[in-house]
Amino acid sequence: MIAAARKAEAGALIEILHEIQAEFGYLPAEVPALVADELNLSRAEVHGVVTFYRDFRSQPVGRTTVRVCRAEACQSVGAHQLAEHATARLGVGFGQTTPDHSVTLDQVFCFGNCALGPTVEINGLLYGRVDPERFDALVAGETS
Amino acid sequence: MSATSPTVVYVPRDSAARSVGADEVADRIALAAAERHRDVRIVRNGSRGLLWLEPMVEVVTAGGRVAYGPVTPDDAESLVDVGMLDGADNELSLGVTDEIEWLRSQQRLMFRRVGVIDPLSLEEYEANGGGAGLRRALAMSPAEVVTEVIDSGLRGRGGAGFPAGVKWRTALDTDADVKYVCCNADEGDSGTFADRMLMEGDPFTLVEGMLICGYAVGATHGFVYVRSEYPDAIATLNSAIEILYARGWLGEHVLGSDAEFDLTVRVGAGAYICGEETSMLESLEGRRGEIRVKPPIPAIRGLFGRPTVVNNVLTLGSVPAILAGSAAAYAEHGVDRSLGTQVFQLAGNIARGGVVETSFGITLGELVLGYGGGTRTGRPVRAVQVGGPLGAYLPADRFDLPMAYESFAAAGAMVGHGGIVVFDDSVDMAQQARFAMEFCAEESCGKCTPCRVGAVRGVEVIDRIVADVDRDLNLVLLGDLCEVMTEGSLCAMGGLTPMPVRSALEHFPEDFSRGPALVRPVAPAEGGPR
Repeated sequence: MIAAARKAEAGALIEILHEIQAEFGYLPAEVPALVADELNLSRAEVHGVVTFYRDFRSQPVGRTTVRVCRAEACQSVGAHQLAEHATARLGVGFGQTTPDHSVTLDQVFCFGNCALGPTVEINGLLYGRVDPERFDALVAGETS
Repeated sequence: MSATSPTVVYVPRDSAARSVGADEVADRIALAAAERHRDVRIVRNGSRGLLWLEPMVEVVTAGGRVAYGPVTPDDAESLVDVGMLDGADNELSLGVTDEIEWLRSQQRLMFRRVGVIDPLSLEEYEANGGGAGLRRALAMSPAEVVTEVIDSGLRGRGGAGFPAGVKWRTALDTDADVKYVCCNADEGDSGTFADRMLMEGDPFTLVEGMLICGYAVGATHGFVYVRSEYPDAIATLNSAIEILYARGWLGEHVLGSDAEFDLTVRVGAGAYICGEETSMLESLEGRRGEIRVKPPIPAIRGLFGRPTVVNNVLTLGSVPAILAGSAAAYAEHGVDRSLGTQVFQLAGNIARGGVVETSFGITLGELVLGYGGGTRTGRPVRAVQVGGPLGAYLPADRFDLPMAYESFAAAGAMVGHGGIVVFDDSVDMAQQARFAMEFCAEESCGKCTPCRVGAVRGVEVIDRIVADVDRDLNLVLLGDLCEVMTEGSLCAMGGLTPMPVRSALEHFPEDFSRGPALVRPVAPAEGGPR
């Protein structure tokens, strides 16, 4: 439906995938074939796009998504330590979801908050100057 | 209190300010004022760029705007009680904003309205000089506008530094049924955030720059390609575009002229490589962001095969000020062939981080130690990385370098997008070099071998050097590998990744011979939901 609405728009595949993901939280397995049909593309082309871009997920995420910046500016103020703390605290690696589906942990290379790092994004909201203590408080606040 | 009109209070909506509590500060000030029967109007402005003082609150008084910061949500009530709404002095006072030396000493041309106005008030935009550049451009011929941009000396602010006007002239001189202007707002370099701050704090300036470009080259459609990590910038830009359509700036008759221009925001999907112009065009066409081989250059065959000007946010954002004044006035700023101003971004481990817009030619040290005040941790500065993840690491003894394309190129470095990331003496430069290769391996589009394979091999070779396995041989190998990547890669991703590696080796060789204990690999993203 989303794809049909925008198929006249040139080069809209990525926009369409964003919209579908916004609707379902991820891209269900049948999406590439459906979108390919609608846009008159091959499944391979759509699959190629889905797998090229980090944003597109083929599995559901947890109720809370935590993304930790790991780029240089945040590294200079302790992003390595925060990353280690985050994986230890949540018990999952980057790109993984806790077994109870409460939290998905992921890494990002730069949120553009480079003067106020380390930066973490939780459910789409940005937090600056996040040390391990603040991380725990923020995560507890979102998941309790 | 018998104030007849409400007291105006500015609390930034910039996402950096929001990341340290600006939304809650705004709510708490409104609440405290209401409880005390004070009539206030809270305006959510962009950030003035003194990011270490965010959230920075400003109150309009008879003597000008008075600033307070950093204000925490818990400060709000007590600040109202001690007379902040009347501009009273207290421990968080910063004085009259325009008189803060850090701000006053800058030369803000592009950023003159950022943090000053309500970003979505077209009235305030025009009252502060907005629109003058477009109106003057529309009264000129397209070729005259292009000449003006060439004469200003404006070079691409995204990193490559190619003369913007020359690119425009190529697009103007290429005949086609449709032409495009694409703004590269895929600001993925760590340590850079000026694009974001302009889009969030003064989006009309970017649109005005694109309108001028479209008129100059004969393009009728523009795209802004914004990375998905910038949701606030996307929302603000979309609101700005909606307003400009409603007010006759965008659409069929731009400001009542015969010029036509439509503008669309497109959102990236988490791929650093899409900051490379041809990769961005592929992505805009709905494909994998694999780079294109040049030539043909995009100004001749770009988006959908049509002539396309691809410029960075800061390049297009510079244009309104150039046209509003004159090319000659703009070119009076700067040194050599680095003319005009650059919006430098002070980031990382820095005491006073933020944006400093000033003429090219200011030294690295004046920025890092003068404006920046050294490190946030208070330890000595050991290294700074200038120009993003592909830029060189420089030691503190190079702080005399003037910030200009020529002087940086001569020093084996690059100004890039103007971002400066500061590290204190706890940094392990071998690890930073390893990260540069690792980042390239993660973000390479995979099209060419030197980048796709070279980056993976680079990580392995650095690991062996640090582990003291055939160190001398592996150092030679790393040098060869860097040369192959530099000379053999199709784009700047593989071509410039050796820059941070080589500069780290050159300036900090001791970090590569400390032994294996210091290797702290960054864990790659594991399987999971991708």
